[in-house]
Amino acid sequence: MAMAAFRREGRRLLLSPVSYNSSVAARSAILSDSELGPMGARSVSTQAVRNRMKSVKNIQKITKAMKMVAASKLRAVQVRTENSRGFWQPFTALLGDNPSVDVKKNVIVTITSDKGLCGGINSTSVRVSKALYKLTSGPEKETKYVILGEKGKVQLVRDSKNSIEMNITELQKNPLNYTQVSVLADDILKNVEYDALRIIHNKFQSVVSFLPTVSTILSPETVEKESEAGGKLGSLDSYEIEGGDTKAEVLQNLAEFQFSCVLFNAALENACSEMGARMSAMDSSSRNAGEMLDRLTLTYNRTRQASITTELIEIISGASALTG
Amino acid sequence: MYRHASRRLIQVLGDRGRRRSFSTGLPAPPSEDAAFVEAWRKVAPNIDPPKTPLAFMKPRPPTPSSIPSKLTVNFVLPYQSEISNKEVDMVIVPATTGQMGVLPGHVATIAELKPGVLSVHEGNEVTKYFVSSGFAFIHANSVTDIVAVEAVPVDRIDPSLVQKGLADFTQKLNSATTDLEKSEAQIGVDVHSALNAALSG
Repeated sequence: MAMAAFRREGRRLLLSPVSYNSSVAARSAILSDSELGPMGARSVSTQAVRNRMKSVKNIQKITKAMKMVAASKLRAVQVRTENSRGFWQPFTALLGDNPSVDVKKNVIVTITSDKGLCGGINSTSVRVSKALYKLTSGPEKETKYVILGEKGKVQLVRDSKNSIEMNITELQKNPLNYTQVSVLADDILKNVEYDALRIIHNKFQSVVSFLPTVSTILSPETVEKESEAGGKLGSLDSYEIEGGDTKAEVLQNLAEFQFSCVLFNAALENACSEMGARMSAMDSSSRNAGEMLDRLTLTYNRTRQASITTELIEIISGASALTG
Repeated sequence: MYRHASRRLIQVLGDRGRRRSFSTGLPAPPSEDAAFVEAWRKVAPNIDPPKTPLAFMKPRPPTPSSIPSKLTVNFVLPYQSEISNKEVDMVIVPATTGQMGVLPGHVATIAELKPGVLSVHEGNEVTKYFVSSGFAFIHANSVTDIVAVEAVPVDRIDPSLVQKGLADFTQKLNSATTDLEKSEAQIGVDVHSALNAALSG
Protein backbone atom coordinates (compact mmCIF):
# COMPACT_ATOMS: atom_id res chain seq x y z
CA MET A 1 0.00 0.00 0.00
CA ALA A 2 2.75 2.42 0.97
CA MET A 3 4.83 1.22 -1.97
CA ALA A 4 1.97 1.94 -4.31
CA ALA A 5 1.64 5.44 -2.88
CA PHE A 6 5.41 6.02 -3.23
CA ARG A 7 5.27 4.80 -6.81
CA ARG A 8 2.47 7.20 -7.47
CA GLU A 9 4.45 10.08 -5.97
CA GLY A 10 7.44 9.11 -8.08
CA ARG A 11 5.50 9.12 -11.29
CA ARG A 12 4.01 12.51 -10.52
CA LEU A 13 7.40 14.05 -9.76
CA LEU A 14 8.81 12.60 -12.98
CA LEU A 15 6.19 14.09 -15.17
CA SER A 16 5.49 17.40 -13.47
CA PRO A 17 8.43 19.34 -15.03
CA VAL A 18 7.07 18.42 -18.44
CA SER A 19 4.41 20.92 -19.38
CA TYR A 20 1.51 18.58 -19.30
CA ASN A 21 -1.35 20.60 -20.64
CA SER A 22 -4.79 19.97 -19.30
CA SER A 23 -6.23 18.60 -22.52
CA VAL A 24 -3.79 15.70 -22.53
CA ALA A 25 -4.54 15.08 -18.89
CA ALA A 26 -8.21 15.23 -19.71
CA ARG A 27 -7.73 12.72 -22.52
CA SER A 28 -5.98 10.36 -20.19
CA ALA A 29 -8.81 10.79 -17.73
CA ILE A 30 -11.27 10.05 -20.54
CA LEU A 31 -9.39 7.02 -21.76
CA SER A 32 -9.17 5.47 -18.33
CA ASP A 33 -12.11 3.74 -16.93
CA SER A 34 -10.70 2.56 -13.67
CA GLU A 35 -10.62 4.45 -10.46
CA LEU A 36 -6.93 5.09 -10.94
CA GLY A 37 -5.77 7.30 -13.77
CA PRO A 38 -2.34 7.04 -15.49
CA MET A 39 -1.07 9.81 -13.23
CA GLY A 40 -2.43 7.86 -10.30
CA ALA A 41 -5.17 10.41 -9.81
CA ARG A 42 -8.52 9.21 -8.56
CA SER A 43 -11.30 10.04 -11.01
CA VAL A 44 -15.01 9.31 -10.88
CA SER A 45 -15.98 7.04 -13.77
CA THR A 46 -17.28 8.88 -16.81
CA GLN A 47 -17.79 5.69 -18.76
CA ALA A 48 -21.36 5.23 -17.59
CA VAL A 49 -22.36 8.71 -18.69
CA ARG A 50 -20.53 8.25 -21.94
CA ASN A 51 -22.37 5.02 -22.69
CA ARG A 52 -25.65 6.67 -21.95
CA MET A 53 -24.82 9.56 -24.26
CA LYS A 54 -23.96 7.18 -27.08
CA SER A 55 -27.22 5.28 -26.79
CA VAL A 56 -29.32 8.45 -26.54
CA LYS A 57 -27.58 9.83 -29.64
CA ASN A 58 -28.36 6.63 -31.52
CA ILE A 59 -31.99 6.81 -30.48
CA GLN A 60 -32.13 10.39 -31.67
CA LYS A 61 -30.76 9.38 -35.08
CA ILE A 62 -33.24 6.52 -35.40
CA THR A 63 -36.26 8.61 -34.48
CA LYS A 64 -35.19 11.37 -36.84
CA ALA A 65 -34.91 8.84 -39.65
CA MET A 66 -38.33 7.39 -38.81
CA LYS A 67 -39.80 10.88 -38.94
CA MET A 68 -38.37 11.45 -42.42
CA VAL A 69 -39.70 8.11 -43.63
CA ALA A 70 -43.15 8.85 -42.20
CA ALA A 71 -43.13 12.30 -43.79
CA SER A 72 -42.38 10.91 -47.24
CA LYS A 73 -45.00 8.16 -46.90
CA LEU A 74 -47.52 10.75 -45.71
CA ARG A 75 -47.01 12.86 -48.79
CA ALA A 76 -47.76 9.88 -51.01
CA VAL A 77 -50.90 8.74 -49.16
CA GLN A 78 -52.24 12.24 -48.59
CA VAL A 79 -52.70 12.86 -52.29
CA ARG A 80 -54.69 9.65 -52.73
CA THR A 81 -56.74 10.30 -49.61
CA GLU A 82 -57.77 13.75 -50.75
CA ASN A 83 -58.71 12.41 -54.15
CA SER A 84 -60.85 9.71 -52.64
CA ARG A 85 -62.81 12.10 -50.45
CA GLY A 86 -65.46 12.65 -53.07
CA PHE A 87 -66.09 8.95 -53.29
CA TRP A 88 -68.40 8.52 -50.30
CA GLN A 89 -70.24 11.82 -50.59
CA PRO A 90 -72.89 10.73 -53.12
CA PHE A 91 -74.01 7.96 -50.75
CA THR A 92 -74.42 10.32 -47.82
CA ALA A 93 -76.22 12.75 -50.08
CA LEU A 94 -78.66 10.02 -51.08
CA LEU A 95 -79.14 8.09 -47.87
CA GLY A 96 -78.26 10.67 -45.26
CA ASP A 97 -76.37 9.81 -42.13
CA ASN A 98 -78.01 7.96 -39.27
CA PRO A 99 -75.51 7.19 -36.56
CA SER A 100 -78.26 6.98 -33.97
CA VAL A 101 -80.23 4.31 -35.78
CA ASP A 102 -81.62 1.66 -33.49
CA VAL A 103 -81.06 -1.84 -34.81
CA LYS A 104 -80.65 -5.32 -33.41
CA LYS A 105 -77.39 -6.42 -35.00
CA ASN A 106 -74.55 -3.95 -34.99
CA VAL A 107 -71.12 -4.60 -36.35
CA ILE A 108 -68.33 -2.24 -35.38
CA VAL A 109 -65.48 -2.16 -37.90
CA THR A 110 -62.44 -0.65 -36.22
CA ILE A 111 -59.56 0.41 -38.41
CA THR A 112 -56.19 0.53 -36.66
CA SER A 113 -52.59 0.28 -37.72
CA ASP A 114 -50.33 -2.75 -37.78
CA LYS A 115 -47.21 -1.01 -36.58
CA GLY A 116 -46.74 0.95 -33.42
CA LEU A 117 -44.88 4.12 -32.45
CA CYS A 118 -47.66 6.23 -33.90
CA GLY A 119 -48.86 8.19 -30.93
CA GLY A 120 -52.33 7.76 -29.50
CA ILE A 121 -54.51 7.19 -32.54
CA ASN A 122 -55.01 3.48 -32.02
CA SER A 123 -55.95 3.95 -28.39
CA THR A 124 -58.42 6.66 -29.39
CA SER A 125 -60.05 4.38 -31.96
CA VAL A 126 -60.31 1.54 -29.47
CA ARG A 127 -61.79 3.80 -26.81
CA VAL A 128 -64.39 5.10 -29.23
CA SER A 129 -65.18 1.52 -30.31
CA LYS A 130 -65.71 0.43 -26.72
CA ALA A 131 -67.98 3.40 -26.04
CA LEU A 132 -69.94 2.65 -29.21
CA TYR A 133 -70.26 -0.94 -28.09
CA LYS A 134 -71.81 0.23 -24.86
CA LEU A 135 -74.06 2.60 -26.77
CA THR A 136 -75.40 -0.04 -29.10
CA SER A 137 -75.74 -2.84 -26.62
CA GLY A 138 -78.97 -3.56 -24.87
CA PRO A 139 -81.58 -6.25 -24.44
CA GLU A 140 -82.08 -8.33 -27.58
CA LYS A 141 -79.29 -6.51 -29.33
CA GLU A 142 -75.93 -7.89 -30.22
CA THR A 143 -72.81 -6.05 -31.22
CA LYS A 144 -69.75 -7.58 -32.80
CA TYR A 145 -66.30 -6.32 -33.70
CA VAL A 146 -64.42 -6.64 -36.96
CA ILE A 147 -60.89 -5.41 -36.45
CA LEU A 148 -58.53 -4.28 -39.19
CA GLY A 149 -54.97 -4.02 -37.96
CA GLU A 150 -52.81 -5.63 -35.34
CA LYS A 151 -52.89 -2.88 -32.70
CA GLY A 152 -56.64 -2.88 -32.35
CA LYS A 153 -56.72 -6.64 -31.93
CA VAL A 154 -54.16 -6.51 -29.13
CA GLN A 155 -56.18 -3.97 -27.19
CA LEU A 156 -59.64 -5.37 -27.77
CA VAL A 157 -58.80 -9.02 -27.22
CA ARG A 158 -58.09 -8.23 -23.59
CA ASP A 159 -61.67 -7.69 -22.54
CA SER A 160 -63.92 -8.28 -25.53
CA LYS A 161 -62.50 -11.53 -26.86
CA ASN A 162 -65.88 -13.12 -27.44
CA SER A 163 -67.30 -10.25 -29.42
CA ILE A 164 -64.58 -10.23 -32.05
CA GLU A 165 -65.94 -11.69 -35.22
CA MET A 166 -63.03 -11.20 -37.60
CA ASN A 167 -59.54 -9.85 -37.50
CA ILE A 168 -57.61 -8.74 -40.58
CA THR A 169 -53.94 -7.77 -40.47
CA GLU A 170 -51.22 -6.77 -42.93
CA LEU A 171 -53.54 -4.43 -44.73
CA GLN A 172 -50.75 -2.11 -45.81
CA LYS A 173 -48.26 -4.65 -47.07
CA ASN A 174 -49.00 -3.40 -50.58
CA PRO A 175 -50.16 0.16 -51.11
CA LEU A 176 -53.88 0.44 -50.52
CA ASN A 177 -55.99 0.20 -53.63
CA TYR A 178 -59.68 -0.14 -54.28
CA THR A 179 -59.54 -3.72 -55.57
CA GLN A 180 -57.99 -4.97 -52.37
CA VAL A 181 -60.47 -3.10 -50.20
CA SER A 182 -63.45 -4.29 -52.22
CA VAL A 183 -62.34 -7.91 -51.85
CA LEU A 184 -61.97 -7.29 -48.13
CA ALA A 185 -65.41 -5.71 -47.93
CA ASP A 186 -66.86 -8.70 -49.75
CA ASP A 187 -65.18 -11.02 -47.27
CA ILE A 188 -66.56 -9.14 -44.29
CA LEU A 189 -70.07 -8.98 -45.69
CA LYS A 190 -70.07 -12.70 -46.33
CA ASN A 191 -69.07 -13.57 -42.81
CA VAL A 192 -71.10 -11.24 -40.64
CA GLU A 193 -74.78 -10.66 -40.29
CA TYR A 194 -75.55 -7.05 -39.79
CA ASP A 195 -78.30 -4.52 -39.64
CA ALA A 196 -75.93 -1.61 -39.31
CA LEU A 197 -72.21 -1.38 -39.90
CA ARG A 198 -70.25 1.29 -38.12
CA ILE A 199 -66.77 2.05 -39.40
CA ILE A 200 -64.49 3.78 -36.90
CA HIS A 201 -61.39 5.47 -38.21
CA ASN A 202 -59.29 8.58 -37.71
CA LYS A 203 -60.00 11.24 -40.26
CA PHE A 204 -56.97 13.14 -41.44
CA GLN A 205 -57.63 16.80 -40.80
CA SER A 206 -54.05 18.05 -40.87
CA VAL A 207 -50.60 16.79 -39.99
CA VAL A 208 -51.23 17.41 -36.31
CA SER A 209 -54.97 16.85 -36.01
CA PHE A 210 -56.82 13.56 -36.42
CA LEU A 211 -60.52 13.31 -35.68
CA PRO A 212 -62.10 9.99 -34.73
CA THR A 213 -65.04 9.48 -37.05
CA VAL A 214 -67.82 6.93 -37.30
CA SER A 215 -69.53 6.22 -40.61
CA THR A 216 -72.75 4.25 -40.52
CA ILE A 217 -73.94 1.93 -43.27
CA LEU A 218 -77.36 0.34 -43.07
CA SER A 219 -78.35 -3.01 -44.48
CA PRO A 220 -80.95 -2.94 -47.26
CA GLU A 221 -83.68 -4.20 -44.93
CA THR A 222 -82.93 -1.44 -42.43
CA VAL A 223 -82.97 1.11 -45.24
CA GLU A 224 -86.43 -0.07 -46.25
CA LYS A 225 -87.65 0.08 -42.66
CA GLU A 226 -86.25 3.55 -42.07
CA SER A 227 -87.62 4.92 -45.32
CA GLU A 228 -91.06 3.66 -44.41
CA ALA A 229 -90.75 5.19 -40.98
CA GLY A 230 -89.95 8.54 -42.51
CA GLY A 231 -87.36 10.91 -41.19
CA LYS A 232 -84.11 11.36 -43.02
CA LEU A 233 -84.62 8.46 -45.39
CA GLY A 234 -88.26 9.24 -46.00
CA SER A 235 -87.64 10.74 -49.40
CA LEU A 236 -85.99 7.54 -50.61
CA ASP A 237 -89.33 6.25 -51.85
CA SER A 238 -89.58 9.13 -54.26
CA TYR A 239 -86.56 7.78 -56.15
CA GLU A 240 -87.27 5.61 -59.12
CA ILE A 241 -85.19 2.51 -59.49
CA GLU A 242 -83.59 1.76 -62.82
CA GLY A 243 -81.95 -1.54 -63.39
CA GLY A 244 -82.04 -4.84 -61.61
CA ASP A 245 -85.13 -6.94 -61.22
CA THR A 246 -86.42 -5.66 -57.94
CA LYS A 247 -85.86 -2.72 -55.68
CA ALA A 248 -84.46 -5.07 -53.06
CA GLU A 249 -81.74 -6.30 -55.40
CA VAL A 250 -80.68 -2.80 -56.31
CA LEU A 251 -80.66 -1.76 -52.66
CA GLN A 252 -78.53 -4.79 -51.84
CA ASN A 253 -75.99 -3.86 -54.49
CA LEU A 254 -76.11 -0.29 -53.30
CA ALA A 255 -75.39 -1.24 -49.69
CA GLU A 256 -72.46 -3.44 -50.69
CA PHE A 257 -71.03 -0.80 -52.98
CA GLN A 258 -71.45 1.83 -50.29
CA PHE A 259 -69.60 -0.32 -47.78
CA SER A 260 -66.63 -0.85 -50.08
CA CYS A 261 -66.46 2.87 -50.97
CA VAL A 262 -66.66 4.07 -47.39
CA LEU A 263 -64.18 1.41 -46.24
CA PHE A 264 -61.72 2.47 -48.93
CA ASN A 265 -61.85 6.09 -47.89
CA ALA A 266 -61.70 5.17 -44.20
CA ALA A 267 -58.64 2.95 -44.69
CA LEU A 268 -56.83 5.67 -46.61
CA GLU A 269 -57.69 8.33 -44.03
CA ASN A 270 -56.50 6.08 -41.24
CA ALA A 271 -53.24 5.36 -43.05
CA CYS A 272 -52.72 9.10 -43.49
CA SER A 273 -53.46 9.76 -39.82
CA GLU A 274 -51.08 6.98 -38.83
CA MET A 275 -48.24 8.57 -40.81
CA GLY A 276 -48.99 12.01 -39.43
CA ALA A 277 -49.17 10.73 -35.86
CA ARG A 278 -45.94 8.81 -36.30
CA MET A 279 -44.26 11.94 -37.64
CA SER A 280 -45.22 14.02 -34.64
CA ALA A 281 -44.44 11.20 -32.18
CA MET A 282 -40.98 10.70 -33.65
CA ASP A 283 -40.41 14.44 -33.77
CA SER A 284 -41.15 14.88 -30.07
CA SER A 285 -39.04 11.80 -29.36
CA SER A 286 -36.02 13.26 -31.18
CA ARG A 287 -36.49 16.52 -29.37
CA ASN A 288 -36.61 14.73 -26.02
CA ALA A 289 -33.51 12.77 -26.91
CA GLY A 290 -31.77 16.02 -27.84
CA GLU A 291 -32.67 17.59 -24.49
CA MET A 292 -31.54 14.49 -22.65
CA LEU A 293 -28.27 14.57 -24.54
CA ASP A 294 -27.73 18.21 -23.53
CA ARG A 295 -28.29 17.38 -19.88
CA LEU A 296 -25.99 14.38 -20.06
CA THR A 297 -23.29 16.42 -21.76
CA LEU A 298 -23.40 18.96 -18.95
CA THR A 299 -23.15 16.23 -16.34
CA TYR A 300 -20.33 14.62 -18.25
CA ASN A 301 -18.36 17.83 -18.53
CA ARG A 302 -18.86 18.62 -14.89
CA THR A 303 -17.61 15.19 -13.87
CA ARG A 304 -14.67 15.43 -16.20
CA GLN A 305 -13.66 18.89 -15.02
CA ALA A 306 -14.03 17.90 -11.41
CA SER A 307 -11.68 14.97 -11.91
CA ILE A 308 -9.12 17.16 -13.69
CA THR A 309 -9.32 19.71 -10.88
CA THR A 310 -8.82 16.99 -8.28
CA GLU A 311 -5.83 15.70 -10.21
CA LEU A 312 -4.28 19.14 -10.45
CA ILE A 313 -4.84 19.84 -6.76
CA GLU A 314 -3.16 16.60 -5.82
CA ILE A 315 -0.19 17.29 -8.08
CA ILE A 316 0.22 20.86 -6.91
CA SER A 317 -0.18 20.04 -3.24
CA GLY A 318 2.27 17.16 -3.66
CA ALA A 319 4.75 19.43 -5.40
CA SER A 320 4.36 22.20 -2.86
CA ALA A 321 4.73 19.69 -0.01
CA LEU A 322 8.09 18.65 -1.40
CA THR A 323 9.47 22.07 -2.22
CA GLY A 324 7.98 24.16 0.54
CA MET B 1 -59.67 67.81 -46.76
CA TYR B 2 -58.69 64.89 -48.94
CA ARG B 3 -57.84 62.92 -45.84
CA HIS B 4 -61.39 63.40 -44.58
CA ALA B 5 -62.83 62.50 -47.96
CA SER B 6 -61.04 59.17 -48.05
CA ARG B 7 -62.10 58.38 -44.50
CA ARG B 8 -65.71 59.19 -45.28
CA LEU B 9 -65.55 57.04 -48.44
CA ILE B 10 -64.24 54.05 -46.52
CA GLN B 11 -66.86 54.59 -43.84
CA VAL B 12 -69.68 54.66 -46.37
CA LEU B 13 -68.42 51.53 -48.12
CA GLY B 14 -68.00 49.78 -44.80
CA ASP B 15 -71.50 50.76 -43.69
CA ARG B 16 -72.97 49.50 -46.90
CA GLY B 17 -71.20 46.16 -46.37
CA ARG B 18 -72.37 45.94 -42.80
CA ARG B 19 -75.96 46.86 -43.54
CA ARG B 20 -76.22 44.13 -46.16
CA SER B 21 -77.43 40.97 -44.46
CA PHE B 22 -75.94 37.57 -45.12
CA SER B 23 -76.94 36.07 -48.44
CA THR B 24 -77.60 32.68 -46.87
CA GLY B 25 -80.44 33.62 -44.57
CA LEU B 26 -81.40 29.97 -44.13
CA PRO B 27 -80.27 28.25 -40.95
CA ALA B 28 -77.27 26.05 -41.53
CA PRO B 29 -78.12 22.35 -41.69
CA PRO B 30 -77.00 20.41 -38.61
CA SER B 31 -73.46 19.20 -38.87
CA GLU B 32 -73.99 16.47 -36.32
CA ASP B 33 -76.78 14.19 -35.29
CA ALA B 34 -78.18 15.55 -32.01
CA ALA B 35 -79.70 12.25 -30.91
CA PHE B 36 -76.40 10.47 -31.41
CA VAL B 37 -74.42 13.05 -29.45
CA GLU B 38 -76.93 12.89 -26.62
CA ALA B 39 -76.86 9.10 -26.43
CA TRP B 40 -73.07 9.19 -26.57
CA ARG B 41 -72.77 11.60 -23.69
CA LYS B 42 -74.93 9.36 -21.53
CA VAL B 43 -72.74 6.35 -22.20
CA ALA B 44 -69.28 7.92 -22.35
CA PRO B 45 -69.29 11.40 -20.88
CA ASN B 46 -65.52 11.72 -20.75
CA ILE B 47 -64.84 11.01 -24.38
CA ASP B 48 -65.68 13.45 -27.15
CA PRO B 49 -68.26 12.04 -29.53
CA PRO B 50 -66.76 10.99 -32.85
CA LYS B 51 -67.53 12.99 -35.95
CA THR B 52 -69.89 11.69 -38.57
CA PRO B 53 -69.75 12.09 -42.36
CA LEU B 54 -72.34 14.87 -42.21
CA ALA B 55 -69.76 17.10 -40.59
CA PHE B 56 -67.45 16.73 -43.56
CA MET B 57 -69.89 17.25 -46.35
CA LYS B 58 -71.06 20.45 -47.91
CA PRO B 59 -74.86 20.68 -47.74
CA ARG B 60 -76.71 20.05 -50.95
CA PRO B 61 -78.96 22.73 -52.47
CA PRO B 62 -82.68 22.28 -51.81
CA THR B 63 -85.13 21.29 -54.52
CA PRO B 64 -85.98 24.38 -56.55
CA SER B 65 -89.60 25.10 -57.39
CA SER B 66 -88.98 25.50 -61.13
CA ILE B 67 -86.84 23.36 -63.39
CA PRO B 68 -83.31 24.75 -63.48
CA SER B 69 -81.59 25.31 -66.77
CA LYS B 70 -78.45 23.35 -66.08
CA LEU B 71 -77.61 20.02 -64.53
CA THR B 72 -74.92 19.83 -61.85
CA VAL B 73 -72.79 16.75 -62.26
CA ASN B 74 -70.43 15.01 -59.84
CA PHE B 75 -68.50 12.12 -61.34
CA VAL B 76 -66.31 10.36 -58.77
CA LEU B 77 -63.86 7.49 -58.98
CA PRO B 78 -61.89 5.86 -56.19
CA TYR B 79 -58.73 7.70 -57.16
CA GLN B 80 -60.07 11.10 -58.09
CA SER B 81 -63.14 13.20 -58.55
CA GLU B 82 -63.27 13.38 -62.31
CA ILE B 83 -65.99 16.02 -62.47
CA SER B 84 -67.14 17.92 -59.41
CA ASN B 85 -69.99 20.41 -59.39
CA LYS B 86 -69.86 21.10 -63.09
CA GLU B 87 -72.88 22.66 -64.77
CA VAL B 88 -73.76 20.82 -67.94
CA ASP B 89 -76.71 20.47 -70.28
CA MET B 90 -77.14 16.72 -70.40
CA VAL B 91 -75.49 13.45 -69.43
CA ILE B 92 -76.14 10.03 -70.92
CA VAL B 93 -75.49 7.19 -68.48
CA PRO B 94 -75.22 3.50 -69.38
CA ALA B 95 -77.82 2.06 -67.02
CA THR B 96 -78.50 -1.68 -66.94
CA THR B 97 -81.80 -0.98 -68.66
CA GLY B 98 -80.07 0.88 -71.49
CA GLN B 99 -78.62 4.28 -72.22
CA MET B 100 -80.43 6.85 -70.14
CA GLY B 101 -80.39 10.54 -70.89
CA VAL B 102 -80.54 12.91 -67.96
CA LEU B 103 -81.71 16.47 -68.41
CA PRO B 104 -82.31 19.14 -65.79
CA GLY B 105 -85.55 18.45 -63.99
CA HIS B 106 -85.26 14.68 -64.38
CA VAL B 107 -87.24 12.69 -61.85
CA ALA B 108 -85.25 11.43 -58.86
CA THR B 109 -83.71 8.07 -59.76
CA ILE B 110 -81.26 5.50 -58.53
CA ALA B 111 -79.73 3.77 -61.53
CA GLU B 112 -77.40 0.80 -61.55
CA LEU B 113 -74.80 1.11 -64.29
CA LYS B 114 -73.39 -1.54 -66.61
CA PRO B 115 -70.13 -1.26 -68.53
CA GLY B 116 -70.65 1.33 -71.21
CA VAL B 117 -70.10 4.86 -72.37
CA LEU B 118 -70.94 7.88 -70.26
CA SER B 119 -71.17 11.10 -72.21
CA VAL B 120 -71.32 14.59 -70.80
CA HIS B 121 -72.82 17.25 -73.07
CA GLU B 122 -71.88 20.86 -72.41
CA GLY B 123 -72.94 23.24 -75.15
CA ASN B 124 -71.33 21.83 -78.23
CA GLU B 125 -68.66 19.73 -76.63
CA VAL B 126 -69.17 16.13 -75.65
CA THR B 127 -66.81 14.26 -73.32
CA LYS B 128 -67.09 10.49 -73.44
CA TYR B 129 -65.85 8.09 -70.76
CA PHE B 130 -66.00 4.33 -70.71
CA VAL B 131 -67.16 3.34 -67.21
CA SER B 132 -66.81 -0.13 -65.77
CA SER B 133 -69.88 -0.09 -63.55
CA GLY B 134 -71.30 1.76 -60.60
CA PHE B 135 -74.31 3.75 -59.62
CA ALA B 136 -75.90 6.99 -60.69
CA PHE B 137 -78.07 9.02 -58.35
CA ILE B 138 -80.25 11.71 -59.83
CA HIS B 139 -81.64 13.96 -57.14
CA ALA B 140 -84.70 16.12 -57.28
CA ASN B 141 -82.60 19.28 -57.16
CA SER B 142 -80.99 18.46 -60.53
CA VAL B 143 -77.76 17.27 -59.01
CA THR B 144 -76.45 14.06 -60.50
CA ASP B 145 -73.90 11.90 -58.72
CA ILE B 146 -72.20 9.21 -60.75
CA VAL B 147 -70.05 6.82 -58.76
CA ALA B 148 -67.96 4.42 -60.82
CA VAL B 149 -65.14 2.04 -60.11
CA GLU B 150 -63.07 2.72 -63.23
CA ALA B 151 -63.48 5.22 -66.01
CA VAL B 152 -61.34 5.88 -69.03
CA PRO B 153 -61.75 8.57 -71.70
CA VAL B 154 -62.81 6.75 -74.84
CA ASP B 155 -59.91 8.02 -76.93
CA ARG B 156 -57.45 6.23 -74.66
CA ILE B 157 -58.74 2.73 -75.44
CA ASP B 158 -56.53 0.51 -77.59
CA PRO B 159 -58.67 -1.31 -80.22
CA SER B 160 -56.23 -4.18 -80.77
CA LEU B 161 -56.20 -5.04 -77.06
CA VAL B 162 -59.99 -4.93 -77.01
CA GLN B 163 -60.23 -7.46 -79.86
CA LYS B 164 -57.67 -9.70 -78.23
CA GLY B 165 -59.48 -9.55 -74.88
CA LEU B 166 -62.79 -10.30 -76.51
CA ALA B 167 -61.35 -13.34 -78.29
CA ASP B 168 -59.70 -14.55 -75.06
CA PHE B 169 -62.82 -14.32 -72.96
CA THR B 170 -65.07 -15.85 -75.61
CA GLN B 171 -62.74 -18.81 -75.72
CA LYS B 172 -62.74 -19.02 -71.92
CA LEU B 173 -66.52 -18.90 -71.87
CA ASN B 174 -66.71 -21.82 -74.26
CA SER B 175 -64.26 -23.89 -72.28
CA ALA B 176 -65.60 -22.96 -68.83
CA THR B 177 -66.75 -25.79 -66.62
CA THR B 178 -67.85 -24.44 -63.25
CA ASP B 179 -70.47 -21.77 -62.74
CA LEU B 180 -67.90 -19.40 -61.27
CA GLU B 181 -65.65 -19.67 -64.32
CA LYS B 182 -68.64 -19.23 -66.60
CA SER B 183 -69.76 -16.05 -64.85
CA GLU B 184 -66.23 -14.64 -64.80
CA ALA B 185 -65.82 -15.32 -68.51
CA GLN B 186 -69.26 -13.89 -69.20
CA ILE B 187 -68.35 -10.68 -67.40
CA GLY B 188 -65.17 -10.44 -69.47
CA VAL B 189 -67.12 -10.93 -72.69
CA ASP B 190 -69.69 -8.32 -71.67
CA VAL B 191 -67.08 -5.70 -70.82
CA HIS B 192 -65.11 -6.27 -73.99
CA SER B 193 -68.15 -6.17 -76.23
CA ALA B 194 -69.18 -2.93 -74.56
CA LEU B 195 -65.67 -1.60 -75.17
CA ASN B 196 -65.98 -2.64 -78.80
CA ALA B 197 -69.29 -0.86 -79.11
CA ALA B 198 -67.82 2.21 -77.44
CA LEU B 199 -65.00 2.35 -79.94
CA SER B 200 -67.27 2.07 -82.92
CA GLY B 201 -70.18 4.14 -81.62
